Amino acid sequence: MTESVAPRTQRPGVSLEAATQRRARMAEEMRQSKLIRRLITPEGAAIRLKLATAGERAGAFLIDVAIQWVIVIATLLGLTFVIGALTPGSANIAFAFWLVFFFFVRNFYYIFFEIGQRAATPGKRALGLRVAARDGGRLTANSVLARNFIREIEVGLPFQFALMGGDGASGWMALLGLVWSGVFLLFPIFNKDKMRVGDLIAGTWVIRSPKTKLMHDITSVPKGAEASSRFAFTTAQADAYGIHELHVLEDVLRQSTQEIKQQVAARIRAKIGWTKQAGETDLAFLEAYYGALRRRLEQRMLLGERKADKFDVR
Amino acid sequence: MSGDLLKSYRFREERQGDWQKLDVILTRAENGGVKRLSDEDMLALPRLYRQAVSSLSVARSISLDQNVIAYLESLCTRAYFFVYGARTTIGERMMTFLRRDWPAAVRGAVWPTLLSALFFFGGWGLAFFLCLQDMDWYWTFHGQNFMEGRTPDATVEYLRSTIYTDGHGEGQLTAFSSFLFNNNAQIALFAFALGFAFGIPTAWLLVYNGVTIGSMYAVFWDKGLGYEFTGWLMIHGVTELFAIVLAGAAGFIIGGAVAFPGAQTRLASARAAGQKAATIAMGCVVMLIIAALLEGFGRQLINSDMVRYGIAGGTGVLWMLYFYMPRRERRA
Repeated sequence: MTESVAPRTQRPGVSLEAATQRRARMAEEMRQSKLIRRLITPEGAAIRLKLATAGERAGAFLIDVAIQWVIVIATLLGLTFVIGALTPGSANIAFAFWLVFFFFVRNFYYIFFEIGQRAATPGKRALGLRVAARDGGRLTANSVLARNFIREIEVGLPFQFALMGGDGASGWMALLGLVWSGVFLLFPIFNKDKMRVGDLIAGTWVIRSPKTKLMHDITSVPKGAEASSRFAFTTAQADAYGIHELHVLEDVLRQSTQEIKQQVAARIRAKIGWTKQAGETDLAFLEAYYGALRRRLEQRMLLGERKADKFDVR
Repeated sequence: MSGDLLKSYRFREERQGDWQKLDVILTRAENGGVKRLSDEDMLALPRLYRQAVSSLSVARSISLDQNVIAYLESLCTRAYFFVYGARTTIGERMMTFLRRDWPAAVRGAVWPTLLSALFFFGGWGLAFFLCLQDMDWYWTFHGQNFMEGRTPDATVEYLRSTIYTDGHGEGQLTAFSSFLFNNNAQIALFAFALGFAFGIPTAWLLVYNGVTIGSMYAVFWDKGLGYEFTGWLMIHGVTELFAIVLAGAAGFIIGGAVAFPGAQTRLASARAAGQKAATIAMGCVVMLIIAALLEGFGRQLINSDMVRYGIAGGTGVLWMLYFYMPRRERRA
């Protein structure tokens, strides 16, 4: 893993730039892997859970707050519209009910959604997040209550101190309060599990649980005998790249433009020393090479050799 | 021809039908709840789940198709949460909450409740006796906040008029009481949440609320309206003040667990306490709704001191029985 900056004379393929890129990529992978938690199911299988980042949590929260505001403002507008037709007494009663409704929207919006089967508010759902119990057990109603009742001091308190403002002594008090309550607000950034205070009290965390679609296997594209004889790669050619490049190639094949495919095909041809034959399309070449590379890497993986990337010389 | 296919592809082709079947069942369950599933689905689910989980661990070691692995990861995660998730409906949860969880949580928190009551009534008593000795204290406690003219400067007649209603302006009072409910319920949730800071802000909140009521009590007492004011306050106050005291107790449970985790780790201790305390805090919201109803309707409609005292005593006895009456352990 540490041979990234090899002398140029020995490894002509490794430029300083490539080595820097590789190191950056590994640092990013390292950072991502810090968010992964293994959950061993009662069947003894490991499921990898990925924790939501503080940014994703904040995004989901903003969506939810926006929805709450829409509900509150829409009902208030509806109420003022209706109130004209009411006597003052019943208008007051209607307003009283709206106030209670407001309380419930403010405090029970999150609880209502998180207690359900998906354990996620609309905002969390939009970003593919859900709440889960930290010990892998079931998420109890009490946990959902606890984590959401705490929200009041995490968000409400700093907000109130910020609104307090004032000058002189009261201003300083407000500032002190803001700093104190800011600790609660910023709590998720400072712990490795990205828990907010509510999560800590409730024994929960928020994980990513995106819905992934099963796409067709790239190697499943039917190839005639003619095609497979045309693309006969040697073992040396199939050893040119590693798993990282295979995954990049998979992404290129699944979701990139014609232009990028063309560039990638040109680079691979140059790297493995493949001359483009007449009537050979870039897509067919890339798919065939993907198949050959994956076959080779999977074979080696079965023997316990994981070739991480093209710099991994095994 | 099959020799031309990758092993990992053949592995996937043999199993993907079952994966997709599981996917369909899970999607249906997530969208419409457990009731949307047929018996057939429910029977197939455990087998499909176990198969997907074993597929995942095999795929990790033989396949380099990252889409397949990502798909299986997400499928297994969803299935895991469904298979081992709670199956109860909201209605059932509410019933267990009312029947068992809530009274049990309150019963298990006698000492925090007493501590909370000590702070609240301590603040109350302190303000009451200070004000009786010297009414200037009232202004110290309330500043420029005049509590609708219920100040030491008000006449006996005015104070008496705030205790009884003449039947007009009912709607206004209802709105006012729902405003008070909002206020009180928010304070109750705050008292719970602030417990996290070792319970210190909770204690302050309790004392502060005790002082507010205690000093107002002194004003009425001073004018010889103590008996009438008690009826006015306690018709809903028994429920409301009990709720505030319990909310404070919930805060102290958390504060105590965070400050003194004992043999457990701090996290585990906070977690165990959080579950209990959240149940109590939820119950406080329920109590405050009842208190608001008593306040909004009961107090405006009932002007007899005797009936007010009767309701106050009745609610007190009912809450005590509900929370503390010993009951047989129900077998789950």
